[in-house]
Amino acid sequence: MQTAILKDQNDRVDGIDKVMGRAKYFAEYNLPGLTYGVLVTSTITKGKISSFDTRAAEKAPGVISVISHLNKPSAPAYEQDGGPAMKIFYTDKIFFNGQPIAIVVANTFERATYAASLVKVGYEKEDFNTDFEKAVSNTKAKKLQGQPDYKRGTENAYKTAEVKIEANYHLPIETHNPMELHGIIADWRPNNQLTVYAKTQGVKATQGAIANVFKIPVENIQVNSEFVGGGFGMALRTWPLEIATVMASKHIARPVKVVITRMQMFTMVGNRPAAIQTIGLGAKKDGTLTGITHRAFGETSAYENFTEGVVNMAKFMYQCDHVNTQYTVVPVDLGVPIWMRGPGEATGAFALESAIDEMAHALDMDPLEFRIKNDPEKDQQRNKPFSDKNIKEAYRVGAEKIGWSERKNKPGSLVNGQWKTGFGVSIGVFNANRGRASLKAILKSDGTLLMQSATSDIGPGTGTGMSLIASRILSIPVEKIKFELGDSSLPPAPSQGGSATLSTVGSAVNDACVSLKSTIAELAANSNMDATANFVDVLKKNNLPSIEVTKQSQAGKERDEYSMYSFSIHFVKVKVHSLTGVVKVDKIVSVGDSGTIVSPKTARSQMVGGAVGGVGMALTEESVIDHRYGRYINNNFADYHVPVNADIPEIEVHFINKPDPYINPMGAKGMGEIALIGFSAAVANAVFNATGKRIRTLPITPDKILTSS
Amino acid sequence: MINFQYLRTTSAKSALSLIAKDQNSKFIAGGTNLIDLMKRGVSSPEKLVDINHVPLKQIEMHKDMIIIGALASNTAVAEHEIIKDHLPLLAMALNAGASAQLRNVATVGGNMMQRTRCGYFYDTEMPCNKRQPGSGCGAVGGFNRMHAIFGTSDKCIAVHPSDMCVALTALDATVVIAGPKGEHKILFKDFHRLAGDTPQLDNNLKADEMIVRLEIPLNSIGRNSHYLKVRDRASYAFALVSVAAGLEIANHIVTDVRLAMGGVAHKPWRLTASEDFLRGKEASLENFEQAAKIAMKDAKSFGENDFKLVMAPNTIIEALTLAKSKI
Repeated sequence: MQTAILKDQNDRVDGIDKVMGRAKYFAEYNLPGLTYGVLVTSTITKGKISSFDTRAAEKAPGVISVISHLNKPSAPAYEQDGGPAMKIFYTDKIFFNGQPIAIVVANTFERATYAASLVKVGYEKEDFNTDFEKAVSNTKAKKLQGQPDYKRGTENAYKTAEVKIEANYHLPIETHNPMELHGIIADWRPNNQLTVYAKTQGVKATQGAIANVFKIPVENIQVNSEFVGGGFGMALRTWPLEIATVMASKHIARPVKVVITRMQMFTMVGNRPAAIQTIGLGAKKDGTLTGITHRAFGETSAYENFTEGVVNMAKFMYQCDHVNTQYTVVPVDLGVPIWMRGPGEATGAFALESAIDEMAHALDMDPLEFRIKNDPEKDQQRNKPFSDKNIKEAYRVGAEKIGWSERKNKPGSLVNGQWKTGFGVSIGVFNANRGRASLKAILKSDGTLLMQSATSDIGPGTGTGMSLIASRILSIPVEKIKFELGDSSLPPAPSQGGSATLSTVGSAVNDACVSLKSTIAELAANSNMDATANFVDVLKKNNLPSIEVTKQSQAGKERDEYSMYSFSIHFVKVKVHSLTGVVKVDKIVSVGDSGTIVSPKTARSQMVGGAVGGVGMALTEESVIDHRYGRYINNNFADYHVPVNADIPEIEVHFINKPDPYINPMGAKGMGEIALIGFSAAVANAVFNATGKRIRTLPITPDKILTSS
Repeated sequence: MINFQYLRTTSAKSALSLIAKDQNSKFIAGGTNLIDLMKRGVSSPEKLVDINHVPLKQIEMHKDMIIIGALASNTAVAEHEIIKDHLPLLAMALNAGASAQLRNVATVGGNMMQRTRCGYFYDTEMPCNKRQPGSGCGAVGGFNRMHAIFGTSDKCIAVHPSDMCVALTALDATVVIAGPKGEHKILFKDFHRLAGDTPQLDNNLKADEMIVRLEIPLNSIGRNSHYLKVRDRASYAFALVSVAAGLEIANHIVTDVRLAMGGVAHKPWRLTASEDFLRGKEASLENFEQAAKIAMKDAKSFGENDFKLVMAPNTIIEALTLAKSKI
């Protein structure tokens, strides 16, 4: 339950609860008879379990049960052929290092942790490869089409252009690492009734996934996930460890809580896949783009395929008659990846937006001018007009705020002692989605509004945005509005991902509130009240304690007529030290062009968070694996570097804030993804402008600056 | 659970007697490293002797030296007026280490005793001669970006992670150690060891001894100084390379100099040959460059850390330049 208790109409409705520690996250629920599960994980990368000795663990103090493939409880979906290859506890195969292979349940977390260390596992090892770069270069390695090839005009037209560039870009594995560790509490009760407290971006998705494995009706499963301590995409699926916890609860007929370790966050709950990309660009000497080729290899796992939109942006972001793309996924023996903020587009934008900068340099043009020159009037991929696009205005606003006029086109021109200053720009774009959601709204004669939908809030401020939409339609102050979410028994809504929640659920809020408003108007008219009468008076006059409505809302044919995207422009100013190679981000200006801004404060927070994530992607984040062992080597917060406060300068956020006339009743488009997409290229471009060094492999650490020519 | 005994004592004498009785016992002060090691299964002491209440937190100015108790917190030292006035190099180095939260509880003695942050040392499923002698070195041929370029052995190429210790090495500090037979002193630069054939030993402190205080001679070197730490992010990251530089200059001539490096060896790495070269020379960029070149004479890299062969001399030059700018 999210309660608005603040005076400022734009404040986060649950902000006080969060800072006061009243917001309750999944791991904080304490059920009667709660037990604690700790996962035993494989220490080899590929092969088979050959022996399994749990005797010492079972005898350890406080241990209730050890569950593995030897004694797993019934999970009907896993007893059938087909389905996922990695059926937890229904296989003795090892697909990756750190794969969960048993769960030890005890009466305290510490005892379970100790007992888990006593489980002795023997393996039959097989050869493996966790090195994505090696898999891509190995001609014999398995390669799969990730997305159909795309061609507009002539293939590889860039090769015959007046001016051409071609370059390869490398992205390492990144790990989401939200502050909150992953896990679940499962309470399986008699008659196949199950309650879970989950960390999930979609309570309905979790409910469906569990129902599917155990073949019980979805109505039997109650999923609660009111507060989530960050997700960034990693909580968009129900992971094997969650199924394992449900199995354990079913097995011992008691509630079981599992919270995985930071080290386990690297192996079993997804990652941003590594990628190798080639971009070819061709242009006329006057700066007209004549050819774009974008080829990408993305990492996937050997046991399950994962694909994302790495090459999407090249197809429509620039005016160009000849475009071709190719996206191939290459399996390695690691856990399956999952979308990470800005998913494939952030990967693709690093390459494309770096290459655009390289082309501008080759043409001796200002990269901003080059972008504006090639800004498309319509979407050439779909051959449709954009529903709403104000890129040129966004460029102008951002350029002014960052001080673009100080920039020199010749790299290395701004020098102060050992520090060199540079400016970079890039664009981010993501599909402006709108899905289908239902919402129940109850307007009460005590002056309050209660809204309910099984949507999520992984941090963007869902309740705040929804309350503001309702507040404006019904003229109710935000503090009189409650928005309930994160509960699978509420009217269905999609998972929170792909920047769609405000557009999707917000539309249902709009529709329900508009409906309530007209009901109030009718009631007022019927009882001879003024049309502008307060709803409280109207309800009282009609002896109604409340009125309610449930609305389902979804997009219409407008999506066939228009191409709908959210856009962002990122401007970055950096200083680079010529002796040590240290990059210091000096200023950030991000401009969002995503329709109406419904909730200014939380929208700004989204953009700030995206910029910080973008600094991490650009400068610090990389999950390192020792490929001899297939094990992550920097799997902790001391060695996996997310930016710290000292890395982050002033961040200015600006919004175009013009309604998209077609997308939804609010004219508002999502912005969680665009806050990050493209950002890393702006940093790389700024580093180039400062030093003349083009770093095409992320992250741009000091060693790369020093050793690149 | 792995059970252990926890004892608290209020005097150095009783601390020593408690530890002497048991081979597998350890002192605990701030615990910022030891607790990590226990959680990761790298260290499993049967007895922890809490020495936080032993009165060794003094920071005092004497006639010709500054004395710092082994249990003074990193924050207390870094923020003490005596240290800021006379040993800003030490304050800079301390503030470059860890995070504010860690510095608040981490002690001077604990900082000296912290173990390497090599990933292979912490993962009990990987080989590591330091953790398990004879099991091999994972970092040689593995991920060795953070690792040593000086004084390495084929058994271990780990680096000592401390910033504070680099400054103390440059400052000619002395370590006062108490043991069953009373107190004795050892030069700070001799406290830590190279890996050699015994990488399991980080330093020369014996199992039945404890660090009680540091003595740091007073001279102007500590003032005309700079601690330059190059790292992957601006805070809470271990050094790729760090340099502690102190200078005395008269009429443009270097009359005295101290140079030590971190992030390059199994111990804080004093650059004696570079110091000898600079003494009596003009404090010029050319001479700083030559000193940096001399420092790199015996450097050896292992692949991922090849860049240190460029970064280390550059950092020496920049640290000397910044130290000179403070005169």
